[in-house]
Amino acid sequence: MGKLFAVVLVIIALVSAYPIVTHKYVQPEDISTHGHAIDEQLSDTMAESGFAFLGAQFLLAFFVWKFTERKDGAKVRHMPGGAKVMVVAAFILVGTEVLALGVFGQKAWASVYFAPAKSDDLQVQVQAGQFAFYFRYPGPDGKFGQLHPDKIDEGNSNFFGLDPANDVESRDDVVAAELAIPVDREVHLLMHAKDVGHSFYVRELRLQQDFVPGLDLSLHFTATKTGKYEILCTQLCGLGHYNMKAYLDVMSQDDYDKWMKEKVSEQ
Amino acid sequence: MQEASPAPVHVHAPPTGFLRKYVFSLDHKVIGLQYYGLALAAVTLGMVLSWLMRFHLVWPTIRVPGLELISKVGAPGGIITPEYYLSLLTMHGTLMVFFVLTNAPFAAFGNFFLPIQIGAEDMAFPRFNMMSFWTTFAAFLVLMLAFFIPDGPPISGWTAYAPLSALGSDAGPGLGWGQNLWAISIALFCVGSLLGALNFIATTLDLRAKGMTLMRMPICTWAWFITSCIALLAFAVLLPAVLLLILDRLAGTSFFIPSGLVVSDRLQPHAGGSPLLWQHLFWFFGHPEVYIAILPSMGIVSHVLINSMRKPLLSAKVIIYSMLSIGFLSWMVWGHHMFVSGMNPFSSLLFSFPTLTITIPATIMTLIWLGSLYGANIRITSAALFALGFISMFVSGGVSGFFLAQPSIDIYLHATYFVVGHFHMVMGVASIFGVFAGTYFWFGKMTGRMLNETLGKIHFWATFIGTYCIFMPFHYLGLVGNIRRYSTFVDDFMGPLMPLHKFITIAAFFTGAAQLIFLYNLAHSRFFGKPAPQNPWEGTTLEWSVPSPPPWNNFGDKHPVIYHDPYQYGVNGLKGDYVMQDSPEQIVGGV
Amino acid sequence: MRIKQLVTTAVMLGVASVAVFAGPGKPAGGGTVSGKVTYEGTPAKQKPIDMSKEPSCAKQYTTPTATETVVTGANNSLDNVVVYVSAGAPDEGAPSQAVTFDQKGCRYLPHVLAFQINQELKIVNDDQTSHNIHPLAKVNHEWNKSQPPGTPPLSEKFSEAEFIPVKCNVHPWMHGNFAVLKNSHFAVSKDGAFTLPNLPAGKYTITAWHESYGTQTQDVTISGSETKAVNFVFKAKPY
Repeated sequence: MGKLFAVVLVIIALVSAYPIVTHKYVQPEDISTHGHAIDEQLSDTMAESGFAFLGAQFLLAFFVWKFTERKDGAKVRHMPGGAKVMVVAAFILVGTEVLALGVFGQKAWASVYFAPAKSDDLQVQVQAGQFAFYFRYPGPDGKFGQLHPDKIDEGNSNFFGLDPANDVESRDDVVAAELAIPVDREVHLLMHAKDVGHSFYVRELRLQQDFVPGLDLSLHFTATKTGKYEILCTQLCGLGHYNMKAYLDVMSQDDYDKWMKEKVSEQ
Repeated sequence: MQEASPAPVHVHAPPTGFLRKYVFSLDHKVIGLQYYGLALAAVTLGMVLSWLMRFHLVWPTIRVPGLELISKVGAPGGIITPEYYLSLLTMHGTLMVFFVLTNAPFAAFGNFFLPIQIGAEDMAFPRFNMMSFWTTFAAFLVLMLAFFIPDGPPISGWTAYAPLSALGSDAGPGLGWGQNLWAISIALFCVGSLLGALNFIATTLDLRAKGMTLMRMPICTWAWFITSCIALLAFAVLLPAVLLLILDRLAGTSFFIPSGLVVSDRLQPHAGGSPLLWQHLFWFFGHPEVYIAILPSMGIVSHVLINSMRKPLLSAKVIIYSMLSIGFLSWMVWGHHMFVSGMNPFSSLLFSFPTLTITIPATIMTLIWLGSLYGANIRITSAALFALGFISMFVSGGVSGFFLAQPSIDIYLHATYFVVGHFHMVMGVASIFGVFAGTYFWFGKMTGRMLNETLGKIHFWATFIGTYCIFMPFHYLGLVGNIRRYSTFVDDFMGPLMPLHKFITIAAFFTGAAQLIFLYNLAHSRFFGKPAPQNPWEGTTLEWSVPSPPPWNNFGDKHPVIYHDPYQYGVNGLKGDYVMQDSPEQIVGGV
Repeated sequence: MRIKQLVTTAVMLGVASVAVFAGPGKPAGGGTVSGKVTYEGTPAKQKPIDMSKEPSCAKQYTTPTATETVVTGANNSLDNVVVYVSAGAPDEGAPSQAVTFDQKGCRYLPHVLAFQINQELKIVNDDQTSHNIHPLAKVNHEWNKSQPPGTPPLSEKFSEAEFIPVKCNVHPWMHGNFAVLKNSHFAVSKDGAFTLPNLPAGKYTITAWHESYGTQTQDVTISGSETKAVNFVFKAKPY
């Protein structure tokens, strides 16, 4: 039975590792300027933990194979070196890993959160609410109108709670259900939640950030490839959570200008 | 020397009435069995809920016959609605984390064996002990009530993130009385767990038999002791947090709700609260809770493994110190659940480092278990198989922790199935393997009859292979960016992943069905199993020095005296290759 | 346009049901109140609805459908105004015929549905996606139910008179209204026109209700089988 355990364990370990080694399931193509750092960190970690995973499973299988129900009279004995070897090994193996991953790996995090936004970035406000994202551009006047939660009227497409009757700056604000942005330009998202917690997740951008009710958060990124990508909510927000998504439409500058013109005329 | 023994704390005759004997019993053994039964009921229900979820995910338009009888609103015509899916998810998580993973390895086995293993007659506070079980049972009933109210069970997940959980029924179905019942249930559960933890600590510190120094306690006793220390602090944070949530919901306070929220077209009359406060309080409990679930299993597995290997671990002390340091570090890492939650990004770095550091004691423990196998003479029993399976699962679930501990990678993997795979393997399956190992090891002691070993081994193989088939693919899904907690995959990218989802669902049905073997084994062996001898596995610790099942006051009128460290295996004892802790004989030989 | 047809059909059905189910013991015939609902001023623009988050609905429209909080027509006519007898007529029991509220293309058909207290309301999902029906009732019992595609119609009743905004929690742009009324004398304006037939002789208060512009009332006295004209003019605001 011990030998069977060893064989099954080795098979499980190999089968588990197979789709990883063959890159059968991988993240979609990265379209951001910072994503490569995250991807590298991910693949480094995959290599290190893959090594740890296979090593430990094989060692377990080997020892169980070798030391199960030995013939009568076989005297049990300890591994040479005993616990000390194991403790030292753990400190060296994992300690360096902790250092390597924990310290050097923070660069990728820093590239997302600690690099300041450029001054010429495109500011877009995004509001998450049950169960849709809405995006607001300041419009031709370059100014966002004030928000009044009590004025929110979804049936009338006033998702943000603008007050065009009294607030001139809000009259030309462009509100859209998709996030249209020009390619290769830094975008600065100003995020707030309308009701409960939500999250902004674009796989291809390697970006995820929660919306926290009561907090104004921001996020900036540059998309490097045109196309349509899904924006998903990843924070459980209620019954329509599975359906809470929008599209990120990365366009050429010309297409973006055209799109914006059309939207401005709709307001 | 009789007078040197600790004075018996409770001098009372065994109860005679049925109620006092089996229901409102003060006996730690009966209470342990009650906890075990409760966990068994909860795990069965939790598993059925997961079946429904898995079924709905891959066959969303196929009716589940009979489901509309349970909830006409949640499953009209037998088709699960999005909110009922979330109800199932919430109840699955709550049942599994609280009523299974906290109850089974810790409260059930701990109650039964901790007093015996330290040579005590009962817990320090038997009445507290009874109260803690019945409070927990009340918590279970209150939670179950949520299935039967018109509003249905809550949909905010077992983490109950505010303000979704705090706003009431405006925020969605199940968030009215369903969420109230959830919060009340958790509050009761906290009370029960706090009483239990206090009791464990007092018992361990005060009621050890003569000669039972702290370092002579078996490793599982140590694990239960450390776990109770964690539980005492963790549930002491969750309890007030849940009470604040209840106040927000019922008394109109705003601890977790800021101003200006518009929910269901209504401007909410709250102001000044912080949703992040809930997350901090919840995870300050929530992360230690993970160790509450896994540490007892680590202890049980070590205990079983040593017995099966017929030799002590390379170092029991190192295992104990590792458990202590895991318990200590568990208080500094809660923020790794919140890397992308909107807290200061600098704090993510601070939380990341201790999280990665926990890998060190965890790796030390793994290496000690592995290294101890070297030169052993393993007896493959069902219990040993599950203990070995635990090591494998712990490694598999542990390595994915490397990824999630790093904030940069967490940006991509947070809230994907990768996380689901990670915690199910390391906290769920590994911990449950510890419970299985304990059950096959101790069932004879607990009931007086042995479990069937052949069925046990079949159960192991089906469960071992089955759980890998379920939870390994979760990691792959996560790597592609498959979001968790979605009731239906409406996304275009999901198409290619559907076959993998189907595979997981089928594996879940197979593995779940294999648990019927276990249930049958439990039920059948309880009445028709081989009578259990006093020491079937040739163990060394005190539970093997008493009859199976142990009498009312465990040791009769004797007071055990301890002469040795707990694991004297591989020696030339009078009875074989082992010497029991309470045997005065000299140790000859040994590794 | 199919949707227009559907709306027309629904309104006609509503009118027809009024005619057919005027209630037992009532003399057929009688007087009629009819008229026009118009607005003055500049109404808010009907804004296009972006349904891109729900592709199965978005693809049903070649040009985006528009918001329906204010629906206007030629000659300043105002649609979706519920005109009903608010005083003067006795309360009536519910007719046995059910009214249907359809969810199609991620819109509510009709946008405003008027029916009687305790009348059966059948809610149908004709889409390939889950909808959620959440009547934000204040007087009646508020409820919130989801309807996945392929599930049977929901059957509901309301026991108190009330104008109830209805929303879909899954699709935020989906808003409609239920008008739960005490008697069978009501109509929903179409191209601004409405007719309340079969009114026995007597003094009545006629109320017109619009979801954005509020209510107006006029008193009218009917004698015999005459037809009286009653017109309502709402003040429109651009924002």
